[in-house]
Amino acid sequence: MVTLEKRPEPSEPWRWLAPLLAVALTLVAGGVMFALLGKDPVAAIRMIFWDPLFNETFAAYARPQLLVKAAPLILIALGLSFGFRANIWNIGAEGQYIMGALAAAGVALALYPLDAWWLFPLMIVAGALGGFLWAMIPAFLRTRFGTNEILVSLMLVYVAEAFQAAMALGPMRNPEGHGFPGSRNLQDYPAAHNAELVAGTGMHWGVVTAFLAVVIGYIALNRHLFGFQVRLTGQAPRAARFAGVDADRLVVICLGISGALAGLAGMFEISGPSGQVSIDFNIGYGFTAIIVAFLGRLHPIGILLAGLLMALSYIGGELAQFGLGVPAAAIKALQGMLLFFLLGVDVFTNYRLRWKPGRAG
Amino acid sequence: MTMKRRTVLAGLAGTTAAAALGMPALAGKGKVKAGYIYVGPVGDGGWSYQHDQGRKAVEAAYGDKVETSYVESVPEGADAERVMTQMALSGHDIIFATSFGYMDAVQNVAKKFPNVKFEHATGYKRAPNVATYSSRFYEGRAVIGTIAGMVTRSNKIGYIASYPIPEVIRGINSAFIHARKKNPDVEFKIVWVFTWFDPSKEADAAKALIEQGCDVIMQHTDSTAPMAIAEKAGITAFGQASDMRAFGPNAQATAIIDNWAPYYVDRVGKVLGGTWKSEDTWGGIASGMVAFAPFNENLPAEVKAAARKMIDDIKSGAYHPFTGPLNKQDGTPWLKPGEVADDGTLLGMNFYVEGIEGTIPS
Repeated sequence: MVTLEKRPEPSEPWRWLAPLLAVALTLVAGGVMFALLGKDPVAAIRMIFWDPLFNETFAAYARPQLLVKAAPLILIALGLSFGFRANIWNIGAEGQYIMGALAAAGVALALYPLDAWWLFPLMIVAGALGGFLWAMIPAFLRTRFGTNEILVSLMLVYVAEAFQAAMALGPMRNPEGHGFPGSRNLQDYPAAHNAELVAGTGMHWGVVTAFLAVVIGYIALNRHLFGFQVRLTGQAPRAARFAGVDADRLVVICLGISGALAGLAGMFEISGPSGQVSIDFNIGYGFTAIIVAFLGRLHPIGILLAGLLMALSYIGGELAQFGLGVPAAAIKALQGMLLFFLLGVDVFTNYRLRWKPGRAG
Repeated sequence: MTMKRRTVLAGLAGTTAAAALGMPALAGKGKVKAGYIYVGPVGDGGWSYQHDQGRKAVEAAYGDKVETSYVESVPEGADAERVMTQMALSGHDIIFATSFGYMDAVQNVAKKFPNVKFEHATGYKRAPNVATYSSRFYEGRAVIGTIAGMVTRSNKIGYIASYPIPEVIRGINSAFIHARKKNPDVEFKIVWVFTWFDPSKEADAAKALIEQGCDVIMQHTDSTAPMAIAEKAGITAFGQASDMRAFGPNAQATAIIDNWAPYYVDRVGKVLGGTWKSEDTWGGIASGMVAFAPFNENLPAEVKAAARKMIDDIKSGAYHPFTGPLNKQDGTPWLKPGEVADDGTLLGMNFYVEGIEGTIPS
């Protein structure tokens, strides 16, 4: 008989092996799914995971796009990871992302057509602040009234979406837009445009910030008292209290960091790749980032890799859609499998299989 | 390697032959690759589904001479730009971008690929290689308004509206004008749901309207949820974008069908023939772009006759749904008797006509 036995210590090799095994299992199960859909499984997998990186027709364009797509995911996931480690669950990064974007775009549009070097830095501050303040609502309600931050932060996503629609149709609507919803395009507004730093590389300030955040996040988590408090609170909340960790303060800091980073992600997106306040500017980065955070084991380097892998599956998934006629839902299923297998395989980090002589028959 | 070489040589040979025969360099292409990007899933049963039906019609019309592909559920903005760029890189000759929100992305990609043709649905920005197209759905709204005015018993008609944009406001006005013509006691109850596709929100709106006494429901959202609710409540509704009879066999009086097939077949044909030009198309019942599901047998004969007459009159050009005398909601005159609204005003319509209650949200 096979039983699961808790390991005394989480297995270090499994910690690294689990994601790799999960990716391998996803490729196999995904291949089976594509075969069942009547598509060549090898061709589909190659198109999704190989062609964006190495196919000569697409790679030159797709490689930089990988950074563009991954940057907001990494930035948001990194912010969420601190809270998740400490059992503080910000599920509403999508709303903070929206509010950051609106705050930044609002500043830019209010000053239109300003030509000043300080506009862009001001937008960055506004973006971070917008996300931060939106995250302070669940933080305040939890620390003051003991409400559940999962529900509050999630519900505030819908409030933010409604606010965004109102902005796109009202105050931020493009006066030269023939009555259609949506703001001016910030890509046509040089002082506010988050342009590529070097043309054709995909590198914009958001990508730079995401990389910087990974480095700072790594240091904070491993070399700083804050990281210690976060880890301790997650593993042993009572011990953390005895060690002098102020639980309320930690809630505020964790929600604040994740809100500010989500707001920054929204700011860089709306001033760059997206360009416009529209009724549906947000496309789920705040929710996908939750997957990225767990796929990356709540570890900064892991999140960096997970974000890139997720971006690859989006970009390659599009190629497979128009190249092979794979339905979009199959790509989503593939992304879901990745998380599913990771969580499944993760069991072996904390448990091991034991053969126990059972009764015959 | 050899493969590629051969393609290059064949290409050269082709060019030489064309030159030798004195054919213009820009003559038709032997084979066209057409790509489509959809904002929703092809299985939405509404907007994206109908565009995909159009794509299939192109395949049926040209067989081996055309290759089509699509990407569904493409978010507006950076993602749309990336998908279209990848399509252009992979050798598509013409790309149909089937949502208003793709507008700026189309412009950006079109600049980078001057030899690829782009078609943008419902937008207004054109370029030498970007054409725009849309349908006069308000003609369809005139027909269903006529039916609604005649079948309602409670004189309350519910309207599930998506976003307060000219397209939607035009539809409300057209439906209202024609319902009132048949029934001066009709009033409209309008619910704004701020989404194009959200079955649960749309269902909630439908239920709320029914509770307020509406016995006819119209929708300017894409899901089949309101139709299913109407069926359950035993009231009348109208399919949106495609035939939704399967979800409301008794409820659906008819449906306004977005029929993109004639347009897509025409445009891809022009790429094949080398005569494609950037232009703006706003087609309606006459060009076949606005079509109707068969009238429900449970409609009284005089209702069917009135609806059919409306369709025929619009089709022949004898009647325009926005013909004066019409006043704006605040009572100020808009169109003099017999005066017909110009397309510019219609395209930017941001006001209700007289008789509609409530204000347009902003």
